[in-house]
Amino acid sequence: MARAVTLNRRLINTGVAWAIGLLIFFPVLYTILTSFKTEAEAVSRTPSLIGFDWTLENYAEVNSRADYPRYFMNSVIIAFGSVILGLIIAVPAAWSMAFVPSKRTRGILMWMLSTKMLPPVGVLIPIYLLFRDWGLLDSRVGLVFVLTMVNLPIIVWMLFTYFREIPGEILEAARMDGASLKNEILHVLTPMALPGIASTMLLNVILAWNEAFWTLVLTTTNAAPLTAFIASFSSPEGLFYAKLSAASTMAIAPVLILGWFSQKQLVRGLTFGAVK
Amino acid sequence: MGSITLKQVAKRFDQVEVIPPLDLSIENGEFVVFVGPSGCGKSTLLRLIAGLEDVSDGVIEIDGTNATELPPAKRGLAMVFQSYALYPHMSVRKNIAFPLKMAGMEQSAIDEKVNYAAKTLNLADYIDRRPGQLSGGQRQRVAIGRAIVREPAAFLFDEPLSNLDAALRGNMRLEISELHQKLATTMVYVTHDQVEAMTMADKIVVLRAGNIEQVGSPLELYRSPANLFVAGFIGSPAMNLVEGPEAEKLGAHTIGVRPEHFELSREGGTWTGRVGVSEHLGSDTFLRVDVDGVGTLTARADGEFPARHGDTVGLTPMPERVHRFGTDGLRLA
Repeated sequence: MARAVTLNRRLINTGVAWAIGLLIFFPVLYTILTSFKTEAEAVSRTPSLIGFDWTLENYAEVNSRADYPRYFMNSVIIAFGSVILGLIIAVPAAWSMAFVPSKRTRGILMWMLSTKMLPPVGVLIPIYLLFRDWGLLDSRVGLVFVLTMVNLPIIVWMLFTYFREIPGEILEAARMDGASLKNEILHVLTPMALPGIASTMLLNVILAWNEAFWTLVLTTTNAAPLTAFIASFSSPEGLFYAKLSAASTMAIAPVLILGWFSQKQLVRGLTFGAVK
Repeated sequence: MGSITLKQVAKRFDQVEVIPPLDLSIENGEFVVFVGPSGCGKSTLLRLIAGLEDVSDGVIEIDGTNATELPPAKRGLAMVFQSYALYPHMSVRKNIAFPLKMAGMEQSAIDEKVNYAAKTLNLADYIDRRPGQLSGGQRQRVAIGRAIVREPAAFLFDEPLSNLDAALRGNMRLEISELHQKLATTMVYVTHDQVEAMTMADKIVVLRAGNIEQVGSPLELYRSPANLFVAGFIGSPAMNLVEGPEAEKLGAHTIGVRPEHFELSREGGTWTGRVGVSEHLGSDTFLRVDVDGVGTLTARADGEFPARHGDTVGLTPMPERVHRFGTDGLRLA
């Protein structure tokens, strides 16, 4: 009866996986549903999931009140800009740690990771003052820099993990073949690590896209990305849940679609090296 | 040209000296094999020549020029690795063309050289495949092709055949030897397999713990091993080493007799013993003979020699073929 047991187990596994998936996705789903409700239905004490009067008026209102394309472009520039800059710094860093490790490599990696354990607010004042003095407040360049710094440890760690899977002999062969360090990284290492680099890029674009502390604190209008767009709908007069949900849906839609289409790559990247 | 000279070259990793200062001279066009047990430093020595490791002391000269500080690419050497080290994302054509591309050669010249190498190495049918779609032997040929197109001063081989099965290893051994005849370029070849060393080398360098134990032609090493280590390492099956009264009779601490240097007889000999195991290979028969007071000896007989487990045989060492060693393990004159 091995087959029946397998089938049962598979059904249970599938059920549990779906339950966990729905549980995690529920807040997003509820936000999307709420964005199609009227404000009255959105705050109703007996909320309904689909049995309400569907309306697009929140989207119309949100569009008329804020310049979505500008926020969107800011998000794209800041998210992709910070990740590309991060990769430019992290590829050589990870190369050095993976292929020319020293006694201190492990310590440096741990130290880099430890900066992620510090609450961002801990360095808010110095960074804010530096930004003010350098004229970087409310600028895309400033945000690209700060988000590069925020995500750099993760980028370096992920690339380091991928690079370690690449046999050192192949890079030595490239060196024997006359490749300079630049050519070795460009023509041999990068193409071989491309799946890993792509996963790193995707994950960090998502992280940068959703980053809401620095983007809110360091911007006002010019460089404000979609996180500021959402926040602009929580007004002092009270929260308008339906409009807030519509704004949130518009803010997360691009990255949700990106994640959906690249999920294979993401999963592969995140589990890379876990199974030999 | 492709002469390589090592002068007092040493390598230390932190405080551990893996290669004590050594001198070695490799002549232009020679096929030199570094041989020794695992961990003897033979690969490290090759990597020092290649420039993949920095020397701790000493000077490496290639064609009379000091190359100690030169990066690998500037030494004019090509290397074939044990793991082939092919670029998995490139086709065979691009793999072979890579060093030429790095040298900034024109595309038409690259194509010509790649096609020639592919033809020489029977790779023409696979030229657009990727390494993942090739067998072990084909991959090794691509690695050799990548080395050939550079027209290097010398080829460095780091145990290139150890990932191949026995039959293929034999074929590739011949192919590399033929290649050496054809190109007449210096080749430095690292292996732990003394059969490879004996069959391919013009000159063998036997290494132990980073020290050169002996340098010489295969036959020199076979006929006159400088010490017990070389005596035991070169030759297959290994030389029989006998200590005690039997050695003292010949004025030595240890005597060595190769399995093929016994005269065997069913009627007795210098030493008489009982056959423990007899291995019939068809052309030869190897006998493991237990001799009282001497130990277990291996002897080679012809394939027809009638001996089985438990039989008594007589072994007489050929007098001119007995090697004598002193208490320090060195050969006695």
